[in-house]
This record gives sequence, structure tokens and C-alpha cells, in this order.
Amino acid sequence: MDQLFVNLKHWILSWSLWPDALKPLVSAMLTIAPILVVFPLMFALMTVIERKGLGRIQNRLGPNRVGPYGILQFAADGLKMLTKEDIVPRAADRVLHFLAPVVLIVPIMLSFSVIPYGRKMVPVDLDAGILFFFAVGSATELSIFMAGWSSHNKYALLGAMRSMAQMISYEMPLIISSLTVVMLAGTLSLVQIVEQQGGYLWGWLPQWNLFTPWGLAGFLLFFVATLAESNRSPFDLPEAESEIIAGYFVEYSGFKFALFFLGEYLGLFAISGLGISLFLGGWNAPLGILTWLPSWFWFFAKLAVLLAVFIWIRGTLPRLRADQLMNFAWKFMLPMTLLNVVVAAGWHYSGVAGWNLILRWVVCGGVILVAYQQLGRSFETKVTKRTYRYAE
Amino acid sequence: MLGKGIIKGMAETARNFIGSYTDESRLTTVEYPEERLPQHENARQFPFLVYDGEAPMAGLRCVACQICEKECPPKCIYIVKDKAKKPDFVGKAQFQPATFDIDISVCMSCQICVEVCPFDAIKMDTEFELSHHDRFGALLLDKHQLAKSNDYYRRIHPSEAGAIDQRREEEVKKAEEKAKAAAAAAAAKAAAAKEGAGTSGDAGAADAKGTST
Amino acid sequence: MQPIPEPTTIGPVFLVLSFVTLAGAVAAMSLRNLVHCVLCLVVTFGGLSALYLRLDAEFVGLAQIFVYVGAVAILIVFAILLTRSGEVLGGVFSTGWLAGLTVAALVAVTLVVAIGRTDLRAAPESAVVKAPVRQVGDALMKEYVVPLEVTALLLTGALIGAAILAMPDRRSK
Repeated sequence: MDQLFVNLKHWILSWSLWPDALKPLVSAMLTIAPILVVFPLMFALMTVIERKGLGRIQNRLGPNRVGPYGILQFAADGLKMLTKEDIVPRAADRVLHFLAPVVLIVPIMLSFSVIPYGRKMVPVDLDAGILFFFAVGSATELSIFMAGWSSHNKYALLGAMRSMAQMISYEMPLIISSLTVVMLAGTLSLVQIVEQQGGYLWGWLPQWNLFTPWGLAGFLLFFVATLAESNRSPFDLPEAESEIIAGYFVEYSGFKFALFFLGEYLGLFAISGLGISLFLGGWNAPLGILTWLPSWFWFFAKLAVLLAVFIWIRGTLPRLRADQLMNFAWKFMLPMTLLNVVVAAGWHYSGVAGWNLILRWVVCGGVILVAYQQLGRSFETKVTKRTYRYAE
Repeated sequence: MLGKGIIKGMAETARNFIGSYTDESRLTTVEYPEERLPQHENARQFPFLVYDGEAPMAGLRCVACQICEKECPPKCIYIVKDKAKKPDFVGKAQFQPATFDIDISVCMSCQICVEVCPFDAIKMDTEFELSHHDRFGALLLDKHQLAKSNDYYRRIHPSEAGAIDQRREEEVKKAEEKAKAAAAAAAAKAAAAKEGAGTSGDAGAADAKGTST
Repeated sequence: MQPIPEPTTIGPVFLVLSFVTLAGAVAAMSLRNLVHCVLCLVVTFGGLSALYLRLDAEFVGLAQIFVYVGAVAILIVFAILLTRSGEVLGGVFSTGWLAGLTVAALVAVTLVVAIGRTDLRAAPESAVVKAPVRQVGDALMKEYVVPLEVTALLLTGALIGAAILAMPDRRSK
């Protein structure tokens, strides 16, 4: 059951239908096709579940007319977007306008190829998996610029610049917090990082990176940076409808808009998948007794939980302003992530020196908590007396 | 500490989420058109003509005085008086409308026609699902479409209808008493005339005349 | 495992990649619209990265994408956005084209002679290195730690200088 898909692929490859020369191509196709099917389907389902979940949080029903309980709403949305007229502004740069959604989707699809979805189920086993992931992830920012620039629209350009600034600022905490995991695992390969988080303490307690003080802090920072990287609430200033009317994709209609939407959610899935592999133990089961469930089930279960938390946060928090966003990234998250690196090193060396587990937790956790408290102090709003300035 | 507000907020939304499945008061959606909220008593949409009794045209309260037509700001009422008269609820003969049209695509629901009507003949309806494919003909309601019974009026505006019905009953009673008194006075006058014609200077007849007034 | 010829020979893949790189570079120099130039430059960077990856230099190839496409190109883009509206340049052929041609010819001759004189067949054994990133990391931390620290100091200085330049003048209040 665990290796169901791997065995299926080997069985299909063993058919005598394929000539030998084409076998690598067929193998590649068989690996890529499930990703291209599963993740857009998950995107479609997530839009429905998000709308219904947000509705329930806001004391109302979500969409419930199309299909039972509104499940088929994504089909209606997809049909609507496909049949809309594709308007390109007359002064727009046609080539760039056309290429921007493409340049968004392609790197994200590439970044899906290094995430291990189950035991021995990674599309491409790269030794520098994380580096590849971040390298292609940074190419998506270029597509946002292309989208904003080619629309020949002041507001789209402003939205694109704000979005690019946000994505660049939050890329730093994202990368540095995943750097702590790389440092302690000693490898850039995601497969090995996940395998190192296997095994259970005393037979049942998981050894995920989440259950260490630096792992907990790192995961929370990674989580916040994920929200910011994929332009999701509460960091959705560049694309919210009440701000600069949907920002950099204001001039896009129909299928191109759907591609942008798809790209944003796929980016969310990709970075969440990376976070799961780095911090939440990838495809490992949470308890030792639950390993009879297949590894890919655990990966997608963790992904589902993470997406539910994303939806929950979206329904709870108000949007951050641009300067609040940037302040948060540079003045809080970056110092915390750098401190996290130091604490992770401290954890490692104290483990080597043979300290007690409780003592390590107390010391490392204490350092992080104190720093969090001090850094967070500058973000608490101080209630001061209002001064008024008149036009004299 | 930083983040405390976030945790509290997330707890609140989680409570809302779970409560929307278990608690009645948390999910307040009314799924139109399968469910409808009841309307308030003073809701108003478009006017209708009230009729008493069973027969719509015979019991129509409107006497075609044309005051509402004159007072209507967008002039959406069109009345043509009928030559024939019919008795109203106290028995007096009144005019009636041969044509009474209201164009509800023009009507702005200001209720001025209701305020000025001296006969409580035109009142505001609460029905709003009047959309039609025919934008012009189907939205011009004639008096057959506008006539709705007093029972319906009592159902949609209970206290108004109750007050009006009470007033009309009193008027009916007063009219009946006046009619009875007039009839008794006429009968007494006829009797006195007959008496006066039969006898002359009779004290008993004067007493009878005095007591019967 | 790979049906692609060894990277030491000039195979079709190398030709395609180098053509893409050079075409991107030429386009970046000769296009009229500045933003199109930047995007062709991105194509050039991508081509270079692919060439590095073909030589099994994982770290350099991926860092090339990371740094050049993800940071330098965006820096250039921001510079264009903040300074000019990306309108067309004056003319494709500048007035000092003779001097330019002379300098380019000199540089080309120097490079060709230098490359032609090196003995490329005496390249070190093209063994597939086990963990190239680890080697790079080890080298950085052991032999080249002083240059690393100096570079870090330099970058920090640049960052602080940029922040000071961009900071609004609030000291006089």
C-alpha cells in the first residue's frame, strides 16, 4: 500500500508497448502526470473549501448551489474563466503580457519536482534539492514584474512593485529558517532530511524537527514567511480587491487571470510541502503505532492540516499595511531567524556535549523566548496622547 | 506579548466555525428562495386596492375620487371614473373606477397615495417578487390585479387593518343608529301627521309626539 | 543512465544552450525597449546556469539562478522602474561605434589567443564529485574563510550605506 504508486509506475513501464529508447521519456511522463493532475485538482478543491470555510467562520454558508454542498463550484468558476473574453489593453506590451502567467507557472511546477511525497516518491532526487527549490522560487518574482509592467497601468505597476518588495523581504526569513534545518541535517537533499526525521523516540514519540525549540521557532517563522511569499492574507496587500483593485493582475481577464490564481495557490502548496518536509517530518507518521497508513497519506494529511490553518488565519486576521509588513519582515523576522540559527547550533553542540534533554530545551527555548519578547515589544502599539495639527 | 491577540482571534473564529454547525444562533443565513424571512408589519412595496367581502369588484372601497392620482409624485396612477354608482359599506351610493392602473415600474413606494386616501381604499402591499420578462405591459397593473381582499390586508398589516376595521364598524353602527333614528323620526312624523289629521289639539297625541322624538 | 553525450564533447545540447545564451546576450544589447533587454539578459543568465549544471557544478548553477535571476535581474528592474520609464534608447548604433569596434576586436583577439594557447586536454580528471556543495562549503570554511568574512563585511557595509543613503533626513527636527 505504501509503495502503491511506485509499483504502479514500474508495472506500466514494464509493458512491452514502449520501445526501449523511449523508456526514460515514458518514465518522466509517468512521474510528471500525477503532479499535473493532483495539484491543480487540489487547487480547485481548496478554492471551494476555502470559500465554505470562510463562510462558516463568518456565520454564513459558503457556496452551496453547484453540486452537493457546492463541491462543484470550482467547475463553474473554471468554465467562467475559460469563456471570458481575453482583453489585452491596446498600449500593453503584448509579448510580456502573454508571457507573464507562463513565467509564473513554470518555475512553480519545476519546484514541485524536488519534494518527497512519500517513501521513495520524489520526482527528481537532487542532492541540492533545497537550493533548487529556492532558486526557481525566486524566478516567480520576475513574472510579477512582467505582469505589472506590461499592463501599462500605473496602478498595476505600483501593485507589482509592492508585491515584489514584499516577496523579496520575506524570502530572507524563509531561506534562513530553512537553513537551520540544513545545518543540523548536514545535507541539502530533502529526501535525506525527511529520512533523518524518521524513527521514534522510545518507540512512539516522533523525532520531527518541530519538536525542538529551534524547530518550533523556525517552523513558525517559516509559516509566516510562507503566507507572505504567496501573497496570502494577512499579507495580501498587493492583490486584495480593495487595494489598488487587485494590483498587478488588474489588466488580466479570463484564463490568464485563472493562471495567476493557479500559480499563486500552487506556490502555496509547494512552499507548504517544503515546510512539511523540513519541519513536520515529511511523510513520517506522527506516532509509531500509525505507520501502517501509507506515507503519501501522511504527507497529504499534513498538507491538508496546514491548508486548513491557512484558511483559518485568512478568516481571522486583518490585512497588514505595506509599511507594517516590511517592518515586520526586517525588524522582527530577520533577527529572529538569525538568532534561530545560533540557537540551533547551540542545540547541536549541547547535544554533542551530552547535556540533558530538558536542560537543552530550557536553555535554547529560553533564549528564543526572551528574544521574542524583546523584539515583540517594539510592535505593541503604545497608546499616546493624541496631538492635533491645524492648518495655521 | 506579541501574538496574544492573534491567538485570541483564532480561538474566536474557531468557536464561530464549530458553532455554525452545532449552534442555531451562529449560522444566520436564510437560504432564499427556499426560505424567506417574515416581513415587518410596516414593510411596503407597491400599492393595492382593498375590497370588502367576497366579490372583488363589488366590494372595492375605491370611489374614484382621484385624489391619489393627483397627489402621486411620479404620476403612476391612472383613473377613469365609471358612470354607474354603487353603494359603499354604510349604504351610501358612491362612484367607482372603471379603470384603475398603477405602473409599478414608475411607482416609488412613497405611500403618499395611502396617506391621502379618505376611504382607506388603497394600501401598501408587501409582495416584492414581481419581476417579469415583459418590462412594460406586465408591470402595468389594472384594477383586477390590484384588488386584494380585506382579509389579506389584515394578514399583512394586522394592527392597521384592525384599527381601520374598528373605525368602519363604529361608522356602520353610527350610520345604522342614525338610520334607525331617522326611520323612527319619520315613522313618528308619519304617525303624528296621521294623528294630527285624525284628531285636533289632542294632549295624548302631543305626549306621544314628545316621547317619540 | 543519460542518453546525452558526456559534457567534455561538443554535443547538440551544448550547441543549443550556448546558442540560447549568446542570442540572449546579443538581444540584450540590441533591443530598443529597456525592459525587453533586461528580460533577454535573464535568458542569458538562465543559459549560463544550464551550462554550469551540465558540468555537474550543482551549487554554482543553482546559485547562478538564485543570485542572478532572483536578485540581480530584479535589482536592474527596480533601477529601471525608479529612474526612467523604460522608453526607447536613442539609437541602436551609437556615435562612437568605431572606437567600440576597435576595443571589442582587441578584447576578442586577446581572449581567443589566450584560450587557444591553453591546453584544454590537460583538464583534471572529470570524476563525478560526490557532494559538490559540501566541498564548496568545506573550502569556504577552511581555506577561504578570510575572503568569506571580508566579503561579508563588504556586503554589510554596502547594505548600511544604501540604508543611510535612502533614509529620509529626519535628524534636523
